[in-house]
Amino acid sequence: MGTKGRFGPYGGQYIPETLMNAVNELEEAYEHYKNDPEFVKELNDLYRDYAGRPSLLTYAKKMTEDLGGAKIYLKREDLNHTGAHKINNCLGQCLLAKKMGKKRIIAETGAGQHGVATATIAALLGMECEIFMGEIDTERQALNVYRMELLGAKVNAVKTGTRTLKDAVNAALREWTARIDDTHYCIGSVMGPHPFPIIVRDFQKIIGEEIKEQILKAEGRLPDAVLACVGGGSNAMGTFYDFVPDKEVRLIGCEAAGEGADTPRTAATVATGKPGIFHGMKSLFCQDEYGQIAPVYSISAGLDYPGIGPEHAELFRTGRAEYVSITDDEAVDAFEYLSRTEGIIPAIESSHAIAHAIKLAPTMSKDQIMVVTVSGRGDKDVAAIARYRGRDIHD
Amino acid sequence: MINISEAFKDHKAFIPFITGGDPDLETTKKTLLALQEAGADLIEIGIPFSDPMAEGPVIQDADERALAGGCTTDLLMDAIKEVAPSMHVPMVFMTYMNPVYTYGKEKFMERCREIGISGVIIPDVPFEERDELSDVCKKYDIAQISMVAPTSEERITTIAKESKGFLYCVSSLGVTGVRNEITSDVGAMVNKAHEASDIPCCIGFGISNPEQAAKMAAVSDGVISGSAIVRIIGEHGKDCVEPVRAFVKSMADAVHAQA
Repeated sequence: MGTKGRFGPYGGQYIPETLMNAVNELEEAYEHYKNDPEFVKELNDLYRDYAGRPSLLTYAKKMTEDLGGAKIYLKREDLNHTGAHKINNCLGQCLLAKKMGKKRIIAETGAGQHGVATATIAALLGMECEIFMGEIDTERQALNVYRMELLGAKVNAVKTGTRTLKDAVNAALREWTARIDDTHYCIGSVMGPHPFPIIVRDFQKIIGEEIKEQILKAEGRLPDAVLACVGGGSNAMGTFYDFVPDKEVRLIGCEAAGEGADTPRTAATVATGKPGIFHGMKSLFCQDEYGQIAPVYSISAGLDYPGIGPEHAELFRTGRAEYVSITDDEAVDAFEYLSRTEGIIPAIESSHAIAHAIKLAPTMSKDQIMVVTVSGRGDKDVAAIARYRGRDIHD
Repeated sequence: MINISEAFKDHKAFIPFITGGDPDLETTKKTLLALQEAGADLIEIGIPFSDPMAEGPVIQDADERALAGGCTTDLLMDAIKEVAPSMHVPMVFMTYMNPVYTYGKEKFMERCREIGISGVIIPDVPFEERDELSDVCKKYDIAQISMVAPTSEERITTIAKESKGFLYCVSSLGVTGVRNEITSDVGAMVNKAHEASDIPCCIGFGISNPEQAAKMAAVSDGVISGSAIVRIIGEHGKDCVEPVRAFVKSMADAVHAQA
């Protein structure tokens, strides 16, 4: 199949005709600006002076000693402005949209991290901003809703379907179809129709590039494994991309099993999904035998998505990356473990990667090195985790 | 299986849309016959999908009702097969790519042929991805109906040349649903398509009353109406057949009156 934006059999542009000229225009603009020295400088300046890049690579000494295996480093995306990796992509896309003459940014959000990052950059660049968020997510992440409003964005609670992330994507796509001229849809993950999976990956690959530079400086060699959590897969793709040619580095994506990958209450796409075509892309999706998209569940609103980016589907198909599933229980344990052990409260999304690190590190030898991306900070999750543990505290 | 060109033989075509299995398959079967009796020239049947991204709230709700009522692709196909011998107007499916892909593209088109479906409209398969279906559609002689939109501009020529059955001209930006007025110059869109191809051009999205239908029929070869009909089904449930019949007759009469 010779169509655009393919990763093996996956990817493509499965969207209504109304949007085709918009994605073509976006592709053209991106191809131009990504090589424009002025654009690149402007973006790098914002990464440094506004987002706070490069983010640190922290040696997790106590965690390493406690687990007694591989030496563990944490890539601290939680230290970025707005508290997650999402800002890398938002800076890139919103700057690109502004160059394209767009005045208005729309975005979907699950946990609210991408919504907050989008609202932040829209405020910074003086653009109008509207966020679509599943009604259930607006309830479990109420603080982020207020945060977005504080930043000047309008938040629409999406009341259709399962009222979570996939429905927020549907609503944002529908809104984009209705208003294309002045509006850019800032997709939050490495998903959707071409060129989005490539654009988002390119704006996130700085994570892996920095890891490589930092670990070479600290250890003089590449890590044996890099781990990241996967919903749509943007922080994982950003973490993995620079290491894909380094075959000796294991790439491990950690997806949300919810109550278990063998239960219906799960969001583990690689473990339970099948190839399909949805949200503009051919990839893996949780679905029934008739192709109806499955309602998925995870304690983490950011991983609560029934699909995975097409480049991940291809990394899985070719065996270059491994994907494991982590339950709610394991993630919450890891959330508490990292807080207690290293004084770092990770996002519940990132806690899925921490949970796998806790399992994997003891099976590795002390001269091996593992890097885990902490995609975001966990302040937003504190109230929900307290509730999970049976303590009712106000957000 | 009836050729789609039959729909345009005598006059301009009125094309009603209903969501299959809304509220249940028995009602769908009765409604199909009523649509034909009321003057429909071609019927568009939606296979319900969990995430219909090109639909407005009215058809989204219909899809939810149909799925909640237990409608599946197989059950809908079985129901259509039962009424097909009584149908003399062509029927086409409108659905999304995932239900087709997951069912198996080959098996899907083979069954379409078997049950008397003449064409498919898949809004999330644009021109760029049409090869996803073109071979299997050809093999089973199922028309792959393409869409053009107000944003298509220079793409209209290429798309019109490739479309089979008819060309679906989307009247407005946005999703399906009732609109008070249609502001884009659909007539120009149709003219551009006609310059490239002699394929019939039908206008859909937002057409909800006989006046609009007449106006749109005047500048095209046919008119598609969905949400206005589905709204009646939503209001009347199992008792929708007669009110749907009356509405569709008023729409079909308005379209057929256009020379």
